[in-house]
Amino acid sequence: MLQIDFGTQDHIVGIDLGTTNSLVAIMEAGAPRVIVGEDGDKLVPSIVSLKANGEPVVGNGARQLLIEHPERSVYSAKRLMGKGIADVQDELRLFPFRIAEGSESVIRIALGDRTLTPPEIGAMVLRQLKKNAEADLGEPVTKAVITVPAYFNDAQRQATKDAGRIAGLEVLRLVNEPTAAALAYGLDKRKEGIIAVYDLGGGTFDISILKLHDGIFEVLATNGDTHLGGDDIDNRMMRIALEDIASEWGEDLSTNGEAVQTLRSQIVKAKEELSFAPSVVLVFEWRDKRYSREITRELFERLITDIVDGTLGPCRSCIADAKVTVEQIDEVVLVGGSTRIPMVRNAVEVLFRAKPHTDLNPDEVVALGAAVQAGILEGTVEDQLLLDVTPLSLGIETMGGVVSKIIPRNSTIPASASEQFTTSVDGQTNVLIHVLQGERELVKDCRPLARFDLKGIDPVPAGLARIEVRFLIDANGILNVTARDARTGKETSVDVKPTYGLTDTEVEAMIQASFDNAEADLNARQLAEARVEADSILAAVEKAKRSDAYAELTEEERQGLATAIALLQAAYHGEDYKLIRDKIESLDHAGHALAENMMNTAIRGVLKGTKI
Amino acid sequence: MPPRTAVAERPLPAEYFRFFDLPAHLNIDLADLEKRYYALSRKWHPDRYARKSETERSEAEQNTALLNDAYRTLKDPVRRAEYVLAENGLAAAQQSAPPDLLEEVFELNMALEEIRDGDNSVRPQLEEAEKKFLGLQQEVDRSLQTEFVKYDGGPESLARIRAILNRRNYIRNLLRDVGKALCSK
Repeated sequence: MLQIDFGTQDHIVGIDLGTTNSLVAIMEAGAPRVIVGEDGDKLVPSIVSLKANGEPVVGNGARQLLIEHPERSVYSAKRLMGKGIADVQDELRLFPFRIAEGSESVIRIALGDRTLTPPEIGAMVLRQLKKNAEADLGEPVTKAVITVPAYFNDAQRQATKDAGRIAGLEVLRLVNEPTAAALAYGLDKRKEGIIAVYDLGGGTFDISILKLHDGIFEVLATNGDTHLGGDDIDNRMMRIALEDIASEWGEDLSTNGEAVQTLRSQIVKAKEELSFAPSVVLVFEWRDKRYSREITRELFERLITDIVDGTLGPCRSCIADAKVTVEQIDEVVLVGGSTRIPMVRNAVEVLFRAKPHTDLNPDEVVALGAAVQAGILEGTVEDQLLLDVTPLSLGIETMGGVVSKIIPRNSTIPASASEQFTTSVDGQTNVLIHVLQGERELVKDCRPLARFDLKGIDPVPAGLARIEVRFLIDANGILNVTARDARTGKETSVDVKPTYGLTDTEVEAMIQASFDNAEADLNARQLAEARVEADSILAAVEKAKRSDAYAELTEEERQGLATAIALLQAAYHGEDYKLIRDKIESLDHAGHALAENMMNTAIRGVLKGTKI
Repeated sequence: MPPRTAVAERPLPAEYFRFFDLPAHLNIDLADLEKRYYALSRKWHPDRYARKSETERSEAEQNTALLNDAYRTLKDPVRRAEYVLAENGLAAAQQSAPPDLLEEVFELNMALEEIRDGDNSVRPQLEEAEKKFLGLQQEVDRSLQTEFVKYDGGPESLARIRAILNRRNYIRNLLRDVGKALCSK
């Protein structure tokens, strides 16, 4: 047979890995399309619940499990990406996660009897999206573009990339969410001019200002808060409801996971309805008690005023950094579920003095943009090009705990800077560089990124060594460092000690573990299914043995049937699902005459007008 | 055209200008610079090399990083001038208060101290000062522009440009401090 190679390349998928919901999209005939999952839904809730055997359930299926088994479930894990325990003390009061030992540089969440890091939880969501895409495309999916909040720092980006690797995806690019939205938006409308993208999602807020010109999407500036979103609104409403309930019922439910999750789902529903209705009634039923409270939009708006206001400061800074005036901004695009709140829309309208665009589905636009970027990388989208920026300044620690900025925020990426370092002691053979991200002047006010150890420096008198270090922020917004001896031209080896996040070895181990688990999971499922099938055929045969049809079998036929039953029962207690299937087939075959007889008996019975 | 091999080298004198095939002038047509930048980005951006070999991808990344560094430097008049000064061996001098502003800076610092201690009565005075220094900054920007034109005609006025840049930096820092004090209530 002649194999014809059409030169087709495997698809690159675009993934929006969201705090609340995740989506996967692909480029098809020049337009992006969101893939529908096996449950008929485009949105995959970013909820992971582990079954008793440790097998993960992701998405809509995990929603109910979150209420029934909160101790084995987790949601909004994106908020913990690239963080240490000290970063999340505040929010853990309302997130019911159990944090395990050793969470200083990577948070470890105890779920049932397993301990998982946020990248592993993200990987479970990604694996579900990968599966959905594979089912849709009918081919394996191994490459992806994944979106991240524009204001994500280096550690948060690295954690997202790790999640991709653990899920078996080669992450070709991390794209900033508001930029992805602009890409989907601009491609659709062939826009020119300056646009602002206001993105208020479940857990993060981003504002980006872009210049669109002739297919080039140039980000002028970006700002945001990676800890501001719909979750904060929910938490606020939770706190009030829990206090109400405590005083009405004399019962503190805040430590009861199941009650908290039931209440949370009611609160989210009430919040969403408030975007359309002037008032809603929050109802919470628990055991034999019932709590209800009317929430007017006015009360709701009073409750969230400072959250909405909290987005305006970053917007103003972003406008200033972009060196544009409000009047120069042609359009404002809204992204993220929380932008459905009328008060948010009003605030945006007042600040930008323009009616924001709402004709794109704020839940889907980021995934669509990710698919467009995938198309750019595939080479199927040729005119568009994204020029994004790094959200935070990069600096190095100098004398006296002061940070010296080497790459300013809002620099177009890839961006680089070179610095020369020398030794301070005679014969010194290594130099340690402490790299930080942030806008403040002191080390203690910036986010430590990593320590780079320059090793193998020629032992020369102090101050004579000339080590040239090149800092490069790549197109994903992740820092790479290389160094060379300027006197010898020799490469200097650089040892990276990230302050937050997993080491490469840990990620490798997780990839291995997840692969092994996936194999084990698949095997367990196949085995369970085969056993169920064996149960039903064995029960049917037992029943048939009591019928007239069995009596009509020859001795040989009966012997054959008995052997087949015994063999299936023996296989049933083993671990080999293939053997079980094989024996089911043999039994099916051996029972053929019996089934035929039964059919005949049934027909005779029908003819005689009697029941068999 | 930039040398494609010298990616990890420290930029050669005026390399940023050679990137864009432009003479090392301080006065630049920004619309023209942007056009050149977009065209070069289309050519070198790593997105265009996603399907290429590791070597080609890394080269594209290095080239684009340098291109972006060059554009970031040249599109901003102050960074551009500082770059040209540095390339000519003139590092920015130690900052000191311009003598003609000494008295005002002294009073301003007193007011800043007071507002930090919670005395809001100095707010109008600070707002007045902010306006004045903004005016001064614009004045400096205009004289910088004049010097740029002179420099492009003949290179003897770099020292004067350095003095103006120092003055500008000083005013900018003052404005930053005043802005910060006025923002935090």
